[in-house]
Amino acid sequence: MREPAVIRMLSDGRRLHLHDGPIDLIIEASGSPRAISAAYEAAARRFVSILDELCSELPLLRSRARKNSERPCGPVAHRMFAAVEPYCEDCFITSMAAVAGSVAEAILESMTAAAKLERAYVNNGGDIAIHLADSHRYKIGMVERPDSPSLFGSLEITARDPVRGIATSGWRGRSFSLGIADAVTVLAACASAADAAATVIANAVNLPDHPGVTRIPAREISPDSDLGDLRVTRGVEPLPESEIIAALDSGARAAESLRDRGLIHSSALCVQGQTRVISPIPSQAFIECSRRSLLHA
Amino acid sequence: MPDVFPPDTVRCDACPVLCYIKRGHAGACDRYANIEGQLVRVDPHILLDRAKSQGTPLVPFLEREGDWDGKIMKGQETFVTAIGAGTTYPDYKPAPFIVSSEVDGVDMVTVVTEGIFSYCGVKLKIDTDRHLGPERNLVRAQGEPVGHVTTAEYGSQMLSLGGVHHLTGGSKSEGRITCETLLELCNGKEVELTIDDGASIRVAAGKPPVVNGQREERMRVGCGSATIGMFAKQWFGKVDDVVVVDDHITGVLSEHQAGKLLGVRETGIAIQGRRSTPGRYFQVAEPGTGWGGTNISDPLTILKPFKAKFAWPHLRLLMVSTTGEQFAYYELDETLHPVEKELPEPLKESVGRIRENCEPALTTVLFMGGAGGSLRAGVTENPVKLTDSVKRKLTRVTCGGAPAYIWPGGGITFMVDVTRMPENAFGYVPTPALVAPIEFTLKKDDYAGLGGHVDYVRPLGDLLKEKERQRQLVSHAQNPWPLKPHAGSSES
Repeated sequence: MREPAVIRMLSDGRRLHLHDGPIDLIIEASGSPRAISAAYEAAARRFVSILDELCSELPLLRSRARKNSERPCGPVAHRMFAAVEPYCEDCFITSMAAVAGSVAEAILESMTAAAKLERAYVNNGGDIAIHLADSHRYKIGMVERPDSPSLFGSLEITARDPVRGIATSGWRGRSFSLGIADAVTVLAACASAADAAATVIANAVNLPDHPGVTRIPAREISPDSDLGDLRVTRGVEPLPESEIIAALDSGARAAESLRDRGLIHSSALCVQGQTRVISPIPSQAFIECSRRSLLHA
Repeated sequence: MPDVFPPDTVRCDACPVLCYIKRGHAGACDRYANIEGQLVRVDPHILLDRAKSQGTPLVPFLEREGDWDGKIMKGQETFVTAIGAGTTYPDYKPAPFIVSSEVDGVDMVTVVTEGIFSYCGVKLKIDTDRHLGPERNLVRAQGEPVGHVTTAEYGSQMLSLGGVHHLTGGSKSEGRITCETLLELCNGKEVELTIDDGASIRVAAGKPPVVNGQREERMRVGCGSATIGMFAKQWFGKVDDVVVVDDHITGVLSEHQAGKLLGVRETGIAIQGRRSTPGRYFQVAEPGTGWGGTNISDPLTILKPFKAKFAWPHLRLLMVSTTGEQFAYYELDETLHPVEKELPEPLKESVGRIRENCEPALTTVLFMGGAGGSLRAGVTENPVKLTDSVKRKLTRVTCGGAPAYIWPGGGITFMVDVTRMPENAFGYVPTPALVAPIEFTLKKDDYAGLGGHVDYVRPLGDLLKEKERQRQLVSHAQNPWPLKPHAGSSES
């Protein structure tokens, strides 16, 4: 039976929690109390119809995106398609690769349209749309494994940086991955772009046909997965350092290419405790990976 | 959409994604899973921290901020609830968690399981004087019968929803809608109900009911006659007569014993309806959603003409409902016709006082269920001994840490106030039946004595080390701590 959407404030009284089916958003806005409440109300209003809107064209969103394929109609679906379109000639990708980031972005847009906010974020299970005005900034911690959270790096985004979206993808996450990255975190101009790019880069962090990697057709786990018979990663045995480096190299090449095409700003790749950072040009230490946590991992 | 599925794939209908879920897997949300062919909600397992002081959180449950540091707390400070614990249905196997902890030097055992209740329902107490519908009439949700109107209580109307006959005895959609309605109500959500030949209401546990689109604010202060008794002295001298309009008993000051004793002059006022005793009238109008739970919107319609033998020009009359929400003030003209005037200042106070004395109108939702065979078998190999131990108050029964009232007589039939349980404590299976948490807490010695699954008892500390899928909440400040030894009976 259809469960109604959950709209509630978290117990800290500051953050808004919106939940509907597989969508789970944590939202926080800063600004005047009046602006915050207007923004939260706008977020909730936009939220209640978003899942139904997406589900109305789910079969299309789950099918492979191609240059000439049918465009989805819904505004969020449209955003999803636009985010995956740059990749659709090179690899198998569906609009679903950008669903989380696109939802976060759409909700954030409804908030900033309703009120003047200093800063705000909409976190959709790790895919985050952010808003920064004037001299405001966000400090963000990165986690490599959702099942045993420990920070492997941190970064700071200021209003001047061309970054308004953060996304993370990996085989341990909720969505399927074709690669072996524990986590690939991407910073991009918007959340939908970051989401699609993180999926693509995480798929590229790979060791094809490696016997230590367990892969299962997506359909066998989730019968209606958009990935169909593609074999998704379900387990990775401890790998020797040379192989970890090889996988990271492969992912880094993909990330650099996306950076050069202007699709992402920067990215951090993580496999079994080893991290690679792809920085923007000119090179800057945008993402700082703390040595201490690397040793721990 | 895929065309061929393995035989035990279930389709989840908790959201419009409508995932196909294979046996042993979860849907896209990670909250619903296919467990042995059944669609089951798999929310995190809830552990309760004892509230530090009584009355701290007015908001019943506070999510802990940040990550739990994994610190093992003193045994008596954490209670393992059944919410998210899983169930043993339909196998006769031990409950998912049988946890031991030492409390004040006594070894206690808590047997924790989520029960699947086909025999269950909710009792709704709706604080209102408005007429919701005739007793015994059907209560419907989305057009399907889900329960019936039962007795009217003081200031409230009771509804009984659910029960096995609606869940499994009617059509498929009756069962499904009944299950959905119960689930929503138990999880604190608002549902819309219509009563045959009656009102349409929106109700949620702990919130004011909305009757025909109108939110109830206050309960009546008492019946009309009681209101006269309470306020007679405050009215005396400021007004010549008062009628308190009430669907149950309408009261009239000048005729009422309270007025007589004060020496209120006879006005000869004549009221429609059936006189019970002096100054007390039944059935002054039809029940409805107007003044004092009647169908009237103009109170003068219950008055017969004033007679010159008793009444006099300029006679001052106050008419008021039992909640003070409706009131009107009249003075008789030369022909003894009432003319509405503005309420004089001194009377405003008494009307305000009636309103002040009315408690907030709420809807209360008590979940009622019966713990049957396989559930008890998860606790002990000899189920009747568990029933006996519960009856003798050696075993305390809680639902998500909230105290349960156990009905006397056979079986373990219990009721619990859903607002004292953590939020979203209930789930369902498509049978249809509700999934509710239930915990049995007793002394370890007693547990062994009743044939408990002692080999499956695990120390609390071990459980706390498994941080995965656990969530810690602060216990409801008004609930007795479930592990406290000899905290009296299982009643609240």
